[in-house]
Amino acid sequence: MIGSQYIKLVDTGSIPGGIHPEQHKIESNSSPITTLPLPTTLWLPLAMHLGTPAETTVQIGDRVLKGELIAAAKGLVSANIHAPTSGTIQAIEPHAFAHESGFVQPAIALDSDGLDQWRMLEPWSDWRSRGIEAVIERIRLGGVTGLGGAGFPTDVKYRNSQAVIHTLLINAAECEPYITADDRLMRERADDILRGATICQWLLGAKTILIGIEDNKPEAIAAFRAAAEQLQVPIELAIVPTKYPSGGEKQLIQLVLGAEVPQGGLPSDLGIVCQNVGTLAQVYRTVELDEPLISRVTTVTGAAVSQPGNYQVLIGTPIEVLLAHAGVQMAKADRVIMGGPMMGFVVPDLLAPVVKSTNCLLVPTKKELPPALPDNPCIRCGLCEQACPVSLLPQQMLWSAKNRQLDSALLHSLNDCIECGACAYVCPSRIPLVQYYRYAKGEIRQENEENVSAERARVRFENRQKRLDREQVEKEAKRQSRAAAAAKALAAKTAAEGKAGSETNALIAATLERVAAKKIATNTGPVGLSLSELAAVAQASQEKFAKAAGRLTEAETNAPEMVAALKKATGKLEEKYLSSEAAYQTALAAVEIAAADTPKS
Amino acid sequence: MLTFSSPHTVGQNSVSKMMLTLLAALIPGFAALTYYFSWGYLINLMLACATVLVVEGALLALRKRPIGFFLRDGSALVTAALLACALPPLAPWWVTVLGAALAILFGKQLFGGLGQNPFNPAMVSYALLLVSLPVLMTTRWANVEQPSSLVTSLMVIFGDPGLALDGLTGATPLDYYKLNIGRLTASELTANPIFGPLGSVGWAQVNLAFLAGGLLLLVRRIITWHIPVALLGTLGVMALFFSADADVHVPLQLHLFSGSTMLAAFFIATDPVSAATSNRGKLYYAAGIGLLIYLIRTWGNYPDATAFAVLLMNFAAPLIDHYTRPRVYGQQKPIKGFKADD
Repeated sequence: MIGSQYIKLVDTGSIPGGIHPEQHKIESNSSPITTLPLPTTLWLPLAMHLGTPAETTVQIGDRVLKGELIAAAKGLVSANIHAPTSGTIQAIEPHAFAHESGFVQPAIALDSDGLDQWRMLEPWSDWRSRGIEAVIERIRLGGVTGLGGAGFPTDVKYRNSQAVIHTLLINAAECEPYITADDRLMRERADDILRGATICQWLLGAKTILIGIEDNKPEAIAAFRAAAEQLQVPIELAIVPTKYPSGGEKQLIQLVLGAEVPQGGLPSDLGIVCQNVGTLAQVYRTVELDEPLISRVTTVTGAAVSQPGNYQVLIGTPIEVLLAHAGVQMAKADRVIMGGPMMGFVVPDLLAPVVKSTNCLLVPTKKELPPALPDNPCIRCGLCEQACPVSLLPQQMLWSAKNRQLDSALLHSLNDCIECGACAYVCPSRIPLVQYYRYAKGEIRQENEENVSAERARVRFENRQKRLDREQVEKEAKRQSRAAAAAKALAAKTAAEGKAGSETNALIAATLERVAAKKIATNTGPVGLSLSELAAVAQASQEKFAKAAGRLTEAETNAPEMVAALKKATGKLEEKYLSSEAAYQTALAAVEIAAADTPKS
Repeated sequence: MLTFSSPHTVGQNSVSKMMLTLLAALIPGFAALTYYFSWGYLINLMLACATVLVVEGALLALRKRPIGFFLRDGSALVTAALLACALPPLAPWWVTVLGAALAILFGKQLFGGLGQNPFNPAMVSYALLLVSLPVLMTTRWANVEQPSSLVTSLMVIFGDPGLALDGLTGATPLDYYKLNIGRLTASELTANPIFGPLGSVGWAQVNLAFLAGGLLLLVRRIITWHIPVALLGTLGVMALFFSADADVHVPLQLHLFSGSTMLAAFFIATDPVSAATSNRGKLYYAAGIGLLIYLIRTWGNYPDATAFAVLLMNFAAPLIDHYTRPRVYGQQKPIKGFKADD
C-alpha cells in the first residue's frame, strides 16, 4: 500500500563538499509545537522582510483587531504587516531589532488587549474559481514572506509570467544543526503544507510537486506520505543524505534535479520554484482561511534552555519573553543566536522581537559553543576547498580578502560564496573565513557603487557641457543675426538721411573727444586723493597684509584645516597692498616730474 | 581575535593535530631507515629537532611574534623530521644542524613564517647543502649490508670524519646503478646483493614503509590522492617508456621503490603551503615533479632529484593556480588566467 499512485521516490544526485557537524536535533524535536501565551506588548519592525520597508497605516491610539493591516507594502518587493492580536497601537518609533549591527529600526508597538479578537475573516474554499491573479494578490495582501530564513516576499515568485515552471520544489531539508521548526511542522501539519503546495502548483502551472528532504527526518517523511494519500495529491519524494548545507536553495536544486542555477540567474530559469515548508503552510492559511502571516514556528534550543522545543510564536513577540517561557537560564547562557550555529547571528539586544524569518533561537552555554580561539596562519591545507559546496578556493579568497585585492577576489568568484561556513568549520587554523569574505564582499559592493556614481557624475558633467556649448552656439548665431539686421538698418538709415547724417557724426565725435579728455584727467590716481592720503592707504594695506601673513604662518602649525582659506585671504590683501603701493609710487613720480619741470617753465 | 561571526561552531581539527598526525605517519619510514641502514637517522632527527626549535624560537623573538604559540603548532618539527629523513645518515653532525637552521631561516621565517613560504623549507635546505657540500652529501649514505649501530653512528657523526670507513658508507643504489650501467649489464649489476626484487634491498622496505605512512595521511584526510597519484604515475610512465631497457637506464622498480620517491610523493610534494591549490592544479603540479625527477635522475647530474624537482615546481605553483581554478556553481566555465573577462 505504501508508495501507492500518489507517492513516487526519485533518485538524487550529489553536491561537492559539505560537512557533517553534530546535529543536536533531538533536544528540540521530540515534543510537539506549543503555543506561546499572549505577550502584553508586540513590536513589529517595518523592515523585517527583504525589500522596501512597509509604511504604517495606523496612528498611535488606534484600536486594531487581530489580522488587521497596520503597515502596507511599498513597491514591488515588500510585504504587508498585520496586527498579530487585537489591541491598541501604543507607539510607532525605532526599537531594538535583531541584527548583528545592533541598530534600532522603526517599529509599531501593539499593546494586547487580551481578547485576541479576529477581524472579519473571509475563507475561500473555492480559490480555484477566483482566478490566479486574485490568489496571488491575496498572498500579497496576507504579507506572506519566505519563512526559511531570507524573508523574501512570496507573491513575487508567482508574478514572473515569462518563466515556464515544471516543478514546485519543496525545501524540507532543514540542514542546519539544532533547528527543528520545519521538522515539527511537517510531522504535525504535513496536510497544511501539501494544501499550500497544491495552491502554488496551480499558480505556477507546474507538473510536479517535488519534496527534497534529508534522511534524518523519517517521521516527517511518513507524515508526507500519509498526507499525500489522504489529500490524494501526487508528490515526488527526493530523500537526500544528511549533509550540511543540502538545504541551501541552490544546493537542493543541484541535489535533487542535478542542475545548477546559472550565475546571476534564478531557479525559474530552470523551470523550478523553490519554497520552504513553513511558507507553503502559510500560503494555505492565507489563501483558504484568510489568515495573514502573524505567527510562525520557532525553535528554542541550546544547552542553556531547560525546555527546548518548538513554539508557535506571534510575530513581534520580544525575544526575552519567548526565552523566558522556554526556561532559558541566562546565567548559563553565553549568547543568543538567531538562526542556527552555522549561519545564524548573535542577537545584540533581547528586547528585539521575533520576526517573520526567525526560525530558531539558539542559546548555547560557553562549553557547548565555545567562543573562537586565536587563529593560526593559513597553511593552505585545502580542507576548506574540499568542504566548499560551490567549488570555491576559500584559501585563495582569504589571501585576496586579507590583502584587499578585490580583483583577485573576483577572479576567485568571491560573490558566488553562499557564506554557509563549511570552510570555517573545517579550518584547522580556526580562521573566521566567512567574516573575511563578508568584509571583501562589502568592499566590492562599495567600490561598485562608487564606480556607478562616478560614472553618473561623468555623464551629468558631459551633458551639462554639451548643453552649455549648444547654448553658446545658439547665442552666437542670434547675436550675429541681430548684428546683421542692425547693420542693414543703419545702412538704410544712412542712405536715407544723406547729408544730415554727417553733421550728426561730427557732433558725436566732438562729444567723444571731450569724454576721453576727462577720463585721462581723472585716471592718474584714485579719484581725488592727495599724495599723503595715498601714502596712508598704502601703509594701511601693507599692515593688513603683514598681519594676515602672520596669521597664516600660525595656522600652518596650529590649524591646518584653516590654511587654504587664510591663503586665499592673504593673497587678496597682498594684491590690494601692491596696487595701492603702485598707485602711491606713480603719484609720487608724477609729483616729482612736475616739481622738476616747474623751475624750467 | 575574538569573533561572533558565523559559524558559531567549528570542528575539532587544529594545525598541531595535523602536524602530529604527519609526524606519526613518518614513524614507519623512520623505523625502516634506522633498522635497515643506520641509527644515524635517529641521531639526525634529534639534532634537527633541537636545532629547529632553537632557531625558530630565536627568529620568532626577533620578529616579535608569540614564541610558544607558534612553536606549539609543530610545523618546525615536521620540517626537521623531513630533513632528517632526507639527509645522509652518516654525515658530520654540523651538516644536520646547519641544514635545519637553513631550513627555518631561508625556507620559512624570512618569508614570514608558517604558511608564507613559497618553497618547501626542507627542500630549500637540502638543495643548499647539496650544492655547497656535494661530497659529504653523496658519499655518506649507510650501507645496507653493514647497518651502523648506535655507537658506530655516534662515532662517525660526532667523531673523526675519517672513521667513515669504506664498508660503512657509500652511494645510494640509484647512484651506483646510474654510474655503472655504462660498463656493466643490468644482470651483472643486479648480482650485487644491494639490489633485490623491488629494486634495492633496504630502500624498497623503506619506501614501502613511507607508502604505508602516506596511506595513513590519505585516510586521515591530511592529504588528498591527487599529488601522490600524479607524481608516481608520471614517474612510472616515464620510466616505463624511457627505461624499458634496463641495460641503458635505471629501471622502473628502482625509480619507484628506491631513494626518496615515496617520501617525496606522500610527504614532501604534498606540503600544502608550497604546492598548487586546486585539485586539478595539484595534478599538474605533481605530474611536473614526477617528470622532473625522472629527467634529472636520468639525464642530470644528481642521482636523486626530489629537492630540485619539488623546488622547480614550487616556482610554477602560483602560475598553475591561475589556470586551474575550478568551475564554480552556476558558472558556464571556470575563470582562467589573470582577467575575469577571459
